[in-house]
Amino acid sequence: MADLQLQDIIKPENRVYGKSKVLTDKPMHYCYGCSHGVVNKLIAEVIEEMGIQDKTVGVSPVGCAVFMYDYIDVDFMEAAHGKAPAVATGYKRTNPDKYVFTYQGDGDLAAIGTGETFHAVNRGENIVMIFINNAIYGMTGGQMAPTTMLGQVTATTPYGRDVDLNGYPLKITELLAQLPGAAYVTRQSVHTPANVRKCKKAIRKAFENSAKKIGTSFVEVVSTCNSGWKIDPVASNKWMEENMFPFYPLGDLKDSERLDIEQYKVQKLKK
Amino acid sequence: MGDLRLMKGNEVIAEAAIRCGCDGYFGYPITPQSEIMETLMARRPWEETGMVVLQAESEGASINMIYGGASSGKKVMTSSSSPGISLMSEGLSYLAGAELPCLIVNVQRGGPGLGTIQPSQSDYFQATKGGGHGDFQLIVLAPASVQEMNDFVDLGFELAFKYRNPAMILADGVIGQTMEKVELSDYKPRWTEQQIEEMHGSWAANGKKANRNQHIVTSLELVSERQEKFNQKLQAKYRKMEEEEVRYEMIQCDDAEYVIVAFGLSARISQKSVDILREKGIKVGLLRPITLFPFPTKIISELANRGVKGFLSVEMNAGQMVQDVRLAVNGKTKVEYFGRMGGMITNPGEVADVVESKLIGK
Amino acid sequence: MTEEIIIAGFGGQGVLSMGKILAYSGIMQDQEVSWFPSYGPEMRGGTANVTVILSDERISSPVLNEYDTAIILNQQSLDKFESKIKAGGTLLFDPNGIIKPPTRTDIKVYKIAATQIAAEQGKPRIFNMIVLGAFLQVKPIVKLENVQRGLEKSLPERHHKTIPENMEALDLGKDNVIAVN
Repeated sequence: MADLQLQDIIKPENRVYGKSKVLTDKPMHYCYGCSHGVVNKLIAEVIEEMGIQDKTVGVSPVGCAVFMYDYIDVDFMEAAHGKAPAVATGYKRTNPDKYVFTYQGDGDLAAIGTGETFHAVNRGENIVMIFINNAIYGMTGGQMAPTTMLGQVTATTPYGRDVDLNGYPLKITELLAQLPGAAYVTRQSVHTPANVRKCKKAIRKAFENSAKKIGTSFVEVVSTCNSGWKIDPVASNKWMEENMFPFYPLGDLKDSERLDIEQYKVQKLKK
Repeated sequence: MGDLRLMKGNEVIAEAAIRCGCDGYFGYPITPQSEIMETLMARRPWEETGMVVLQAESEGASINMIYGGASSGKKVMTSSSSPGISLMSEGLSYLAGAELPCLIVNVQRGGPGLGTIQPSQSDYFQATKGGGHGDFQLIVLAPASVQEMNDFVDLGFELAFKYRNPAMILADGVIGQTMEKVELSDYKPRWTEQQIEEMHGSWAANGKKANRNQHIVTSLELVSERQEKFNQKLQAKYRKMEEEEVRYEMIQCDDAEYVIVAFGLSARISQKSVDILREKGIKVGLLRPITLFPFPTKIISELANRGVKGFLSVEMNAGQMVQDVRLAVNGKTKVEYFGRMGGMITNPGEVADVVESKLIGK
Repeated sequence: MTEEIIIAGFGGQGVLSMGKILAYSGIMQDQEVSWFPSYGPEMRGGTANVTVILSDERISSPVLNEYDTAIILNQQSLDKFESKIKAGGTLLFDPNGIIKPPTRTDIKVYKIAATQIAAEQGKPRIFNMIVLGAFLQVKPIVKLENVQRGLEKSLPERHHKTIPENMEALDLGKDNVIAVN
């Protein structure tokens, strides 16, 4: 054993983990501690493992992930703010054999794009929707999001989110789970290795569902934004666990093996 | 010889879309153009040609569905009427910025605001000056008959793909609602995936192949030097359209001392005014711009140089195109405007009277 | 030949479909045609009108300010359109509900009691075809056989069984039209 040198260990057959081929070599611009980088990586890994790089098209949002197409090496469409589900709908309807995924933050998906989000899921579009919920507007400098917690300090709630002034944190994922068009709705996080593995499984399931044409698959990832929250990365994880998980509990909200569409197929109603 | 029918302009748009091999229509109902989607839904083209039809939740969603479909190099379209087109403004800008070919139909009604459902041409500025934020242009076709509603669907797509630019059919409530005899185009098959790859494979986001880099459909460029360069490329494209794609019709302009300039329904009305005035021995002609962008500036300028004594721009708005006519005439002679607003339609007698009073000064 | 016609009455009287049949008949004899309806909420229970033009030449304006013929089916429409008939033109009206009859003397005025006849026949649906028959008696601009062909083209297959009834209604109109002046 004493003779074993480092260069003897670094061999392809000994490799246990590596960067996905679907990830580019471009260094990510995300902040240290941000969840975006991890979720971007998981999507790339799932695409590689499923062997669908040439059949997958992503829709990037307006927000911190706007440049995600620089990291995930598939064809991409950059959507207007909030409109990713509509863009994905137009693409998927005219290209039913492609895998189409959207990737949106809380402002994009649950504020400006609420209408598009609801109706895409309600139509049961056979797309994957990834929702990064970090309870803040990261890119524009840390303003209140629809999912911001009560009492949470942001640039536009400097005294904490006040229910009289700002209303309630929006559990959009719970609402979406009520829609018959939603096949799979889950809430995940990526703050521990175990959670990263679970989240990857969820993303994989969402992509697999897309080919089964059983409705929309929706993966929320409760995330940290240490820059926006102005807390260091380690403390951010703790803050998320203590403040967000009780309100946004992790786990599957809905998991249909198939969309029971037959029960909704009715004859033309008589006048 | 195509298929001869008596149809409404709106119905013809739907039929022409199916026949020209359109891949998808996404829209939201609004008077006076709802027959377009109604006709498509009744026709069920997905069973016949594979064309997709979807009723979206809003105009904002419709235009972004177009963005999605067009990104893959497919022929997609939407239609609406004035207030709905305003809702699409953002999308129009993104489509132009991402250089996506597609077709938008605006069957105009009177505004501003919710306005009226009666016909109007008051979206001329909106259509021909871009229709959204940033420096961009749509290709704008102005049909004056039900037949042209048929013809311009195919032409609109052809120009849109030629220039990788959104094209708009700018119609109005009358052209949409009127039934006329129409010779429908023959069926063209939808493009196959292979044809799309051959024609648009250099840019379409149709799945990253191993032998090429990823294709990113976007209008985002944070480096100003590159954004300016891109803008210059767009402008060069628009200049090329101005050189090569101007379309217009001239009626009795050869010996005309006075010329009415009018598009769409106003041109049809004015054509009868020309007949009325000619019967009185007044030498009047009609210039009908068919492309509103690119605008037929040169021919108007030529007519002014040739000694036409006055131009009258007839529009169903407060005087929008008249500005482009004035730019073309460039002070060489008199340019007047006449129009009605808010859904009121002028008539041949009224226009003839205005030519006599405003241009000739009787 | 160019014939510029306004047909006006209440929504539900079959104003638009009468115009459509006329337009189809024109097509059957290789004419250019244009059919421009009033549209929108005013049609729902309110007044409806349609401008129909048949011509041997290309039609310029589908929208007109004066007409060769006005076919008038209620008082509001008579008030609105009587003055817009060209001198020497034709006015055909149904006297039902007309309290202020037409007054112009420089036009030819005819009446057809189509509401009454249709009611007597127990077939309110054929009302508009009676009116059309009356018009074609006064101005035979399309041949009856072309009306029949127009009906075949414009009606969905499942309604083709009503064509004989409609053609009979045309005859009722032809036989009962009365010159007023």
